[in-house]
This record gives sequence, structure tokens and C-alpha cells, in this order.
Amino acid sequence: MDKLSLLIWIPVATMIVIGFFKEPKKVRVIAAIGMAVQLTYIVYLLFAFFAERNAGNTDEMLFVTDLVWYESLNIHYAVGVDGVSMSLILLTGIVIFTGVFASWEITDRAQEFFITLILLATGVFGFFISLDLFTMFLFYEVAVIPMYLLIGIWGSGPKEYSAMKLTLMLMGASAFLLVGILGIYFHSAPDGGELTFNFIEISKISIPKDAQMFFFPMTFVGFGVLAALYPFHTWSPDGHASAPTAVSMLHAGVLMKLGGYGALRIAVMLMPEAAQSMAWFFIILATIGSVYGALGAIAQKDLKYINAYSSVSHLGLILFASLMFNQVAYEGAVLQMISHGLITALFFALIGMIYGRTHTRNIYEMGGLMKVMPILGVAYMIAGFASLGLPGLSAFVAEMTIFVGAFQNPDMFTRVATVLVISSIVVTAVYILRAAAIMLYGPLKDKRFAALPDARWYDKVAVFILIGAIAGMGMFPGWLGNMIFDDLTPMFSRFIAG
Amino acid sequence: MQLSDFLIMRSELSLLVIIITLIHVEIFSSTRNRRKVVVVASALLLLHTVLGFFPGIEGELFGGMYKNTRLTELMKGVLNIGVFILILQSSGWMMKEENKGKSTEYYILLAVTLMGMYFMISAGDFLMLYLGLELATIPMAALVAFKLKTLKSIEAGAKFILLAALSSGIILFGISMIYGTTGSIYYADMMGMMEMNMLQIVALAFFVAGLAFKISLVPFHFWTADVYEGSPVNVAAYLSVVSKGASIFVLIILLFTVFKEMFMAWEILLYTMAVLTMTLGNIFALRQQNIQRFLAFSSIAQAGFILLGIINGTEYGMATVIYFVLVYVFSNLGAFGVVSVVNNNVGKLNIDDYKGFYQTNPRLSLSMLLALFSLAGIPPVAGYFGKFFLFAAAAQQGYYWLVIIAVINTIISLYYYLRVVKAMFLDRVEEPIAYIKSDIVTRSSIIISVVGILFVGIISQFFDWILFYSWGM
Repeated sequence: MDKLSLLIWIPVATMIVIGFFKEPKKVRVIAAIGMAVQLTYIVYLLFAFFAERNAGNTDEMLFVTDLVWYESLNIHYAVGVDGVSMSLILLTGIVIFTGVFASWEITDRAQEFFITLILLATGVFGFFISLDLFTMFLFYEVAVIPMYLLIGIWGSGPKEYSAMKLTLMLMGASAFLLVGILGIYFHSAPDGGELTFNFIEISKISIPKDAQMFFFPMTFVGFGVLAALYPFHTWSPDGHASAPTAVSMLHAGVLMKLGGYGALRIAVMLMPEAAQSMAWFFIILATIGSVYGALGAIAQKDLKYINAYSSVSHLGLILFASLMFNQVAYEGAVLQMISHGLITALFFALIGMIYGRTHTRNIYEMGGLMKVMPILGVAYMIAGFASLGLPGLSAFVAEMTIFVGAFQNPDMFTRVATVLVISSIVVTAVYILRAAAIMLYGPLKDKRFAALPDARWYDKVAVFILIGAIAGMGMFPGWLGNMIFDDLTPMFSRFIAG
Repeated sequence: MQLSDFLIMRSELSLLVIIITLIHVEIFSSTRNRRKVVVVASALLLLHTVLGFFPGIEGELFGGMYKNTRLTELMKGVLNIGVFILILQSSGWMMKEENKGKSTEYYILLAVTLMGMYFMISAGDFLMLYLGLELATIPMAALVAFKLKTLKSIEAGAKFILLAALSSGIILFGISMIYGTTGSIYYADMMGMMEMNMLQIVALAFFVAGLAFKISLVPFHFWTADVYEGSPVNVAAYLSVVSKGASIFVLIILLFTVFKEMFMAWEILLYTMAVLTMTLGNIFALRQQNIQRFLAFSSIAQAGFILLGIINGTEYGMATVIYFVLVYVFSNLGAFGVVSVVNNNVGKLNIDDYKGFYQTNPRLSLSMLLALFSLAGIPPVAGYFGKFFLFAAAAQQGYYWLVIIAVINTIISLYYYLRVVKAMFLDRVEEPIAYIKSDIVTRSSIIISVVGILFVGIISQFFDWILFYSWGM
């Protein structure tokens, strides 16, 4: 058993064990143990990764395993990690572990819930370790389809509509992605030789320009929809609003990053020429998305909608950065994926906890909650501050890096776009503070809320781990930033040369 | 010619033995003992299926009228698996009171049509092909009208036989034109004599149109939904999987051998039909309420996807088609298996009746879920691999727009497959279908389908093996 495949087998084993138990109390404990093992293993892998790098191993990908799967199409089961994917795996590990605790109170079909939730996480882990476009795409779909059941069965509000909308939009995107991947594959050996799905190999050759122009938009949009690329973001607010807590956390926290990661690593890196000549168009879309998302969040009353639009805005930043063709901006994009993943997971966890107590998500029906549930209130404020980019917390590091990188592009167009994107950060402060002020401060709106309990132990586990990670990343960004930056170098140098 | 040469036809002979044995079982057993026939038929078919996978003798008979190669054996093997699962599935229906004394007929008719399909696949000339076609079609009408007391079933039988006669006529017309231009009906003589003249193009069009009736490609699909709805569930499954699969195999064999030089002509034909079939099949499937009609339209759309593999025009395309049919056998029979269990026990056939099905029948619902996901092409189940390879086959020849249309269609199809999933899993009702205790034989048929759905994709050896034999054209 190689090192990375265990990241798939531990969740699978957890699912199988859960299959033997029906009682919610046992099921959630098993899920928590399984994900704790997974997180511990990821931390071990992280140290092993650093040990390899410090020992002077400069391979682009570490812990590589390459097995032939379908020989006729040269499909391999190839896995490996570099700093970029390793950091995203760590993020996934944290979010799924805390997600289990955030769904501690689920008793309706608990067994099925945790199996489906962990299946989703398995798809995400598989996606991040894949080096082969075929398996990558396979895991991508494995991660998307459980969303339908998770939202449709355990969701709230117009859940069936949202689930169907989300599934069809994301699968529609993946359909175009499939065409893009096939196009990349059949052009992966322009000089003759063997075609390959391995994206490291493909990045070393250059795909003919006309093919790039046809397949880049499909691949970029295919991944972009998952990263809420304007105007294909409409699944996201509805989907998040209807999804149960842990699913929102995983989806906004991790699944949407699949889109960002793929857009950067597959679309832009494999087809750089087309990316550069079409960048203007997608930069406009990303800019609109990031400003529009922020403005949209102001208009919302529902906490989940506020946060969903905020995600559209922040994911817009990632897509924006991935089109800057600048190593610093790329580092910022990856940092933003991690930072936003942690912050949004914390937000959704808190919203779920608050909703579970007050049974409303409308901010105007709440007020003065800080007095009733100080721990959750303070945590919400921390998440808010992190989200609006307070120094010392994670988003500041990420967004600063993106803007520094983006501003290095001297042309007027990029500069204007950068300034517009920065303005979305200001708007972020407005909607975050507004929602927090209405909801947490002032007199208690509803007498019934006075008796509500504060965070329970399992809530605290989820909240404290996420806050710790956000603060840790904000205060010690160096190791993470360096790990990402260093491992972007080989990719980026080929990119410049190509 | 020695007597031992007849062993080249061993699959057909073995079916003949099965038919004769069944007649004797019928004669020597009392009508009350219905179970015996079912058991004997299932056991014989199992033996037949297993033996079919042992390599036989390759060769020709009757001066090239009949051919047996590894490839035809493989195709027959795929059909055998389908028939075997189907026989297990229909045991529950055969045990019912309404089929008292009729079950032997069912198995014999099934075996005869299967034999006809064998002859179609193994044909070395157009005469044998036509004989096989008729042998596969006429008894089929009897199967469709098997519920003699139900008006719908009779109507479906009548519709089927009329349209089958029409399509046979069209095929014969096409064959006669080919004979007119080449002076032969042997495939081997025709290679190299096809030269894209007008008459031959018309002949090709007629021939493909006739087969398109059998495969129910748009615009030759009008009979499908009515016939599927009217016929018994298991017969509908047989029509949609085995009969369709056999016709696809015949189409691909002929296009790749006899009509190989006319690629330019049939490329356009297939391209158009693929687009129409996928799109219209899906659009009609969207609003169906009856689950048999729903599966009928979904199977029309699936046939459209198969054309993507044929249009590839190489051995690789051939392999993807055979592989997809194998996957489709498991997926569609998995879905039909659940439908037939429900129909036999509670007699309900509407999608709305499945609301809350998971509450009472979690295992059946999960089997149905996997089958539908496989039909929709969701990884990691087999249907995903089948579709991916078909799309790759089309993309290999540069038909990217066709692939784009196909992937859009997979999304439309996902919508209606999810509708059934929604009814089973998301909707909760007061009185869902009560718990169904299926008998061991039916259950094992569903288990075989599910195992196939789960493992035919992940284990790459199946595809490699099919690809290996596809080179033996």
C-alpha cells in the first residue's frame, strides 16, 4: 500500500465500518474516529513531506505511485503530491473532521448521512492526489454526486429544487470538462509518441495553439462553474442555503476549491497560450463575480445566503489570481483557497449551530444573541474579522499576496481590474459587520431566545479547531507560503518558457 | 464436410439441445410442478453461458454462410449473460398463477429468438443474416403478446409484428440492391466492390434504416415506447437489452466489413441519427410517468450514445461498443430487475408509486440507484467507463462537436434518472410500497447485475479482453 492511497482507503474503511451500525450515537463516533485517524495521517504525511524536501528531494511530485489501469488509453492510477496539493489535502482533512462534529446532532438516517458525507470527502481526497486527468475527473464526479442526496434528503427549505439545480449545473460543467480532458489527451503528443493523461507529462509539452483555443474555455469554464464563476454561480447560493451544515462546510470549504485548483493547475497550466490570449475575458468575469458577490451579500437577510454570496466573491478572487500569470499571485490563489476554506467552514458551522438553536436564519429576527451564546457570538465575530481581511488572520495573508502579485502586471487593464477586485474587500466589511451587528448586538429581540444554550462540547471541538487553524495560518504564514511558492516554481518556469 | 465440423456451430447446437430438453421436461412433468421447468431452464442456460466462454473452433460452414470467430463468440457471450440474468429475473413471473402451463413456451421462445440473434451475428452472407433476423423477430412477437388476457399486450404484439415486417421488407430491399450491383450475397465477395455509387448508397441507407428499426434509433423509434409498455416487464427488458444489443452487433459487423469503403456515406448517416436519437430519446423520457415507458425512452437515448463508438470506425470503436453493451446489459437489467420484482409483488408501474421506496425496501432501492447511476454514467460504476470510452472513441476521430452534444445529453438524462432517485430516496410518504420479500432466484439476478455494475468498470481486464478480441475482425 503506497502512502497516498491510504488517504482514500481510510475513508472507505470508515464507510464500511459505519455500514454495520445503525444507531446514530455509534455511527457518529465511528465517523469521528475515522476522520481523526485521517487527519492524524495527513499531519504525518505533511511531516514526511517536509522531511523529504529538507533532505533535498526536488522532484516535482513526491510519494508518487504510478500503476497502469487502462492500457489502451494509457490511463494510469497515478498519485503524487506537491506543496499545493498537500496544503489542500490538509485543509480537506480539517474541514471533514470538524464537519463530523458539526453534524453531531443528526439522527435522521444518520448511517446514510455519514456514509454519503465521507464518500464526498473521499472524492475530494482522490481529486487532490491524482496526477492523471482520468482519475482526477472520476474523483471529481464522485465528490459532486453525493451532494444531490445530501442536500435532497437532509437539507432544508426548497431542498429538492436546490439539489437538482446544483447537481445539474455542476454535472453540466463536468460534461464540458470531459470534452476538455479528451481534447487535451488527444493532443498530448503533438510530435507523435504516446498520448497521456498525466498532467505533469502534458505540462512538459505544448499543445497546438488552435486546439488550446478550443479546449481551454471548456476546461476553464468546466472547473470555473464549481468555483462559482460568474454568471454560472447561481447554483451556489441556493445549494448552500438548502444544504445541511456539514455539507455547506465541505462544499464551500473544500469542494469549490476543486474548481479553483483545476482551473489553475489544469486549464491555465496546460494551455498557457490560450489562457493568455483569453485571459481578458475571464478576468472580466472573475472581477464581476467578486464585486457582484460582495454587493449581493449586502442585500441578503438569510445568514446562509450572505455567506454563499460572500463565497462567490472570494472564489472570484481565486479565479482572478489564476489568470494573473504571476507566481506570487498564484501563491496567493492557493493561500486564498485554504484561507477561504477554513473561514467559510467556520461560518457555515456557526450558522448551522445558531440555526439549530433559534430555528431561523433571518438576521432581522435575531438580535442580542451575544448575551445568550457568547462563545458562538465571539467565534462569529472572529470568522467575520478573518473574512474581511484583518491582519493576523488567514485571509489577510492570502488576499494581500494576490493583490501584490496582481499589481505587478503593469498594463492598465489588469491594474483597473485589480483595483475593482480590491474594492470588493471593502464591501465585505460592510456586509459582515452589518450582519454581525444586527444579529449579535443590541437588545434581545425574542424572549424565547434567552434560554438557548451556548456551544456544546462537540460544537466547541469544531469551532476551536477551525479558529486555531485560521489564526495559525494568519500568524505563521511563512511555512505554508514557502511550501506553496517553492513547489509552484517548476510549474511556473515551464509556463514562462512555454 | 465432416460431422465434427458442425461443432463450429456449437452455441447454436447447444441452444437446440436446450430447446429439445425443455420440450421433454414439459411432456414428462405434471402441470402443477411449475418450479421444475424454471429450475431446469435456468440451470441449462447457466451451463450454456459458462460453456460459451470457452474458446470454440473458429471456422466457416456451408461455403461461408456461417462463420465463427473469437469476436462472434464474444458477442454471443455478452448476449448470453443478458439472457441468463433475464431468465433468473423472470422466474418470479413464471411462478405466478397466470402463467400456469405456459412457462415452457416462454423459455423456448426466448431460446429460439436468441438462436436467431446468433445466426445474425455469425452470418457470412445476407441470406443467413435475413434468416436469423426473421428467426429472432417472429417468435419475439409471441413473447410481446405473452399476456394473452391483457389487451395492451396483444396490441403491442400486433404493433411489433407489423413494424418488424416493414423493417424486414426495407432490409430485403436494401439487400436486393446490393445484390444487383455486386452480383453476390456473400460478404467476402463484396469487399472491395463497394464503390460509393448511387445505388449502393441507397442500398446502405435502406439497410441501415431497417436495422435502425430493430435498434430503435430516431426516426425509426415510434414503436418502441408502446411495445415496451404493453409487453410484460421481462420481455421489455429482453427487447431493450438483448435484442437491441444483437442488432447493434450486426450493424457494427456489417459497417466495419461490407460497407467499410463507404465510410463517408455511413458516417453522415450515423452522425445525424446519433444526434437525433440521443436528443429526442432524452426529451421524451423527461415527462414519462410509467416506468416501462421511461426505461424505453432511456434505452433509445442509450442507443444514440452507442453510435459514437461505431462512428470511430476502428477496432477500438468496436471494442468500446461491445464493452458498452456489456455494461448496459448489467445496468439496464439491474433497473428492470427491480421494476419486475415490484410489478410481480404489488403490480405498480408508476414512478410516483416508488415514492418512499427506500423507507421500506432499502436494498432494492440501492440496487436501483446503482443501476440508474450506471445508466447515467456516474463514476465509479461501470456506466461511467462505458460512456467515457465511447466519447473517447468519437473524440479520437475528431468529432468533438458530437461529443459535446452527447455530454449535454448525459446531463439531460441525469435529470430524469434523478427523478426516480428522488422518488425513492427524497420523498417520504405515509404508505410506501410495503416490504417485498423476493425469492432467492430473483434476488440473485439483481445481485449479479449489481456486481457487474460495480466491478466491470473498475477492473480494467474486461475492457482489455474485449479489445484484444476486437482485433480479430
